[in-house]
Formats: sequence, C-alpha cells, structure tokens
Amino acid sequence: MTQAAVNEQKKRSLSGYLNETLLSNESRRKMTWLLFLLPAFLVYVVFMAAPLFDSLRLSLFTGTGLTPTTFVGLQNYIDLFTNDLWRVRFFGAVLHTCIFFAIHMTVQNTLGLLFAALLASNFRGRNVYRTIIFAPATLSVLVVGFLWTLILNPTWGAVNIILTKVGLGSLALPWLGDENLALPIISLTSAWQWVGMPTVMFLAGLVGIPEELSEAARVDGASEWAIFWRVKFPLLIPVVGIVAVITFVDNFNAFDVIYAMAGARGSPNYSADLLATLFYRTGIAGEHPVGLPNMGMGAAIATMTFLILMIGVLLWLFLIRRQSSSEA
Amino acid sequence: MRHFRLSRIFTYVILTIWSLIALFPIWTLLVNSFKIQKDIFADPFGLPKYFTVAGYVAAWTQGRFDLYFYNTIYVTVISLALILFLGSLAAYAMAKWKSRLTSFLYVFFIAGMMIPIRLGTIDLVRMMKALNLLDTLWSLIPVYVAMGMPIATFVLTAFIQSLPDEMFDAARVDGASTWDIYILIVLPLLRPALATVAIFNMIKIWNDFWFPLVFIRAQQSRTIALGVSLLFGEYQTDWNKALSVLSLAAVPMLLLYILLSREFIKGLTAGAIKG
Repeated sequence: MTQAAVNEQKKRSLSGYLNETLLSNESRRKMTWLLFLLPAFLVYVVFMAAPLFDSLRLSLFTGTGLTPTTFVGLQNYIDLFTNDLWRVRFFGAVLHTCIFFAIHMTVQNTLGLLFAALLASNFRGRNVYRTIIFAPATLSVLVVGFLWTLILNPTWGAVNIILTKVGLGSLALPWLGDENLALPIISLTSAWQWVGMPTVMFLAGLVGIPEELSEAARVDGASEWAIFWRVKFPLLIPVVGIVAVITFVDNFNAFDVIYAMAGARGSPNYSADLLATLFYRTGIAGEHPVGLPNMGMGAAIATMTFLILMIGVLLWLFLIRRQSSSEA
Repeated sequence: MRHFRLSRIFTYVILTIWSLIALFPIWTLLVNSFKIQKDIFADPFGLPKYFTVAGYVAAWTQGRFDLYFYNTIYVTVISLALILFLGSLAAYAMAKWKSRLTSFLYVFFIAGMMIPIRLGTIDLVRMMKALNLLDTLWSLIPVYVAMGMPIATFVLTAFIQSLPDEMFDAARVDGASTWDIYILIVLPLLRPALATVAIFNMIKIWNDFWFPLVFIRAQQSRTIALGVSLLFGEYQTDWNKALSVLSLAAVPMLLLYILLSREFIKGLTAGAIKG
C-alpha cells in the first residue's frame, strides 16, 4: 500500500472515531485540519528537512563507507580549509562556482532582460519568438550537455565548421579540452539553455507596468531608451532580485551540465570542478584511489554549500526588506 | 515614425538571430540522428541523404530504452499524483485554517524552495540503504514527493486563499464536512493551479539525473536520464546511435512543449511569478 493510501485510511478511521465521541465542533474541525496537513508534513520532514539537518551532524564524523562513526568534531572543516589535500579542491570549486554564477548573471540575465524588453512591445510573431527562446529550458540538462559536447567536439565540430566557413578558422579550438576555456564555455552553454527563464520573468514584470507611465514620459519628450532605464527598469528591481536569487541557488547546485561536459572531475585538470561535483566525488562516488566515499567530508562540503546559499538568500531578503521600507 | 520602424526592425533582427542560435543545436541533434555516420561528418547541417533509424532501433532494443521509458513514466506519474494529492490537502488547510501553526508551516514549506534537497543526499543514501530501497524505483518517489512539496504548497495555498470565504461558509451551512468541501469544491476549482504544479514537477522529475545516479545501478530500475548517461559513453564513437539516444530523451518533452507551451512556461516559472 502506498504512503498516501495508508494515511488516507488512517484519516477515515480516525475521523469516524472522532465523530462518535463528544468532541466539540470546533476541535473536531481542528483535528481534520491537522490530518490534512500531516501527510505532506511527514514526507517533507522525513525526506527533505531531516536529511538536510542530519548532514550537519554527519559532517562532524569520519570513516569510509556508509557509516561514518568516529566523532572528529570540526576536523573535517579544518581539513577543508587548511589541509592542502582538500583546500586546493575546495577553494577551486568555490571559485569556479562563482565564475559559473557570474557568467550566468552577466550573459544569461542580461540577454533575458534584452529579449524581454523586445518582446514587451506588441508585434506579430512575439509568441513564436517567446516559445522558441524558452524551448531549451524544457530539455534535460544532461541531454543538452552531451549535445553541446558533440557539437563542440573537434573531430566533428559543428561549431568549428561554421567558424571556418565564416573565415574565423583560427578560432576553431578544442573548446572543452582547454583548461582556460572549458568552464566559460560550459557556463555559456548552460546560459544558452536557461535564458528563457529570465526572459519570461522580466517579461511578466514589464507587462505589469502601467502604460500611462511610459506615455507620460513620452509626452515629455523622453526617448524609448530613457523610458526603459528611467521609468521601467526601477520598477523591475524586485524582479531583478528574484531572477538573481534563483540563478544563484540553481548555479550553486549545478551538477548535470558539468558531469555531461567535463565529467565528475570537472576536467581538464579540475578546471571546471564545481561545489556539486566535488560533493559528489567526495561524499557519494568516492575518490580515486580509495574508491570509497568519505561521507563525513561530503557532509561538510554540503554544509558549506548550504551556508553559502543561506548567506546569499538572507542578503537578498534583507535587501528587499530595506527597499520596501524605504519606499513606504 | 521612422524611428519607430527602425526599432521594430532591430527587434526582429535580434530575436531572429537568437531564435536561430536556440534552434541550431536542436536541429543538429534531430537531423543527424537519422543520418549514417559518414554523412554526419560530411554534411552536419543538411537533411539526411540516406534516411536511417538504426540508431533509434539500437537504443530502443539493445539499449533498453523501452524499459527506461517505462520506469521514468512510472516514477513521474506516481510522484505527481502524490504531490498533487498531499500538496492540495495541506494547501487547503493552510489557506483556510488561520492559526499560528499554519503560518509557521507555510514558511517552513516555502523555505524548501531556496534550499536544494540534494544537499541532504548523503543522509538519503543511508536512509534508502537502511530501508532496502537502493536500486529500486521506490527510492526515487518519496524524494521527488518531498522535493515537490514547497512549490505545490506555495502555488496551491495562494490559489485557495484567493477563493471567496463565503463559498466555503455556505457549503458548511449546508452541512458539508471539510473533506466534502475538499472533494466537491476545492479540487475542481483548483484544476488550473494543479496543472501548473504538475508541469513544474513533471519537468523536474522527468529530467532528474542526480538521484538516479546516486540511488540506482541495476538495469531494471534505470530511468531515461541514467540510461542516456551510460549509453552515451558506450556509443561515443557511433555518432548516429549517440544522437539517437539524446533525441529519444529530448523528443517527448519537446513535443509536449510544442503542444502546451503556454502552460509549460507558466509551470516552469511558477516559483518566481505568483499565480
């Protein structure tokens, strides 16, 4: 029997029991509400909240395999920050994840803002454009990663063929094999896939701005450029915040695209290693040559990622609160 | 007026260029999956000269994509049904039972939108091992249901809150129980919001690679994403097969998207845009 079915049956018999007893209407209704909340709450706590918090506890232990049993206090964190074996990989992963995020913010979200601004006016075919721009976002990240690996592959090199044809043959490089290029190129393909998200979010924000505001500025002789930046963009700031925080959370969690295009080690030479791939190798897959996962250290890396996410999200909440109170 | 026309031309040029960039990889994928190896290299962008479905046949039979499709559909359908059922029950309570407990629970659920469940993976692996669920599809389903709760409660609670209280009071006066109201009033009215939640989670679950990668090795429990990652490595030198595998994984979602693009866009951005 499924979890839901079990809960369902419990609920029926329990509410039947309650009906027979002399509970007041009020508390009977409360009881029903609690039963409505319970299944969702249980699944969420058992399979999401508890594992997240238990990771904090596990990060204080060491031992290989599935049972990190030896309590080591903060040793995992000390190793992560000071032991060269870990420090280089960890700070490398943090730096690469920041670059990954920075490229998404500048390329993906700027293009998204541009496309939204263009799509916000009324013209024939805008829905077709919107549909096409958003299409890659519905594909699996893994499939997109593999697909770009083929397209960028020097032996087939669809991209390199095009570059050679338009006379830029000198730019036809082994894109994913170069330490300096792999991470930026992977970030760009990921931005290619997700640009539809900020486009649609900014578009929803722009459509919500009353036309009278732009009309008034136009009467005063403002150019369309000035209207966009002086009238519309300030009203779009809350959406910019949401787009930024969603990009942030997604990017600091990115794994599939790296796995597909650079492998679990972020090759070449760990140059595309992100926090999520480091977490995967350390805590789950096990690193060569040991081959067994170090779950305590993995949990420590997860906890650090969690802290970075918390700081970012709290900063965002603080900024919106300050903005809304300065407006009031 | 000339300025006006110029900006329109600018709009078309920019959007057309990007549309080509957006469609080019998808075109390259689909068109080459029907070509023989030699033509894939000789002419990567044109239509196939010799039309072949050998790659698809190999992926479907030898590659066992038939099995992976079945597994992915199984996991997706059961997870979605549970997300919608449990999520709507909880959302109804949080929307119409005003108390300190429900406002706390609401925040507690919503917080999950900002914290990726993947960070708890190590604990989940231990749990699934202890429950003897590793290598089964049932290791994925509870995790996906938990993962779907934040967005489900967020979207559905907001939707039920927007329904007028009078309607609920009137039903109560007529003697309807909370459960009756849920079945007869809330669920039918909730359909558009349920569709949004369903699409959001369907895309996440269908495309998820992380949890199958961590939980599943046995062939009989592999999902499409896991199958793609294994077969892609295996077929690395046979480009027709590799492209066919990727197409098989991409096409179902693309077709659904073409049919339901408005709902897809609304669904995928549900966490960011209210309603």
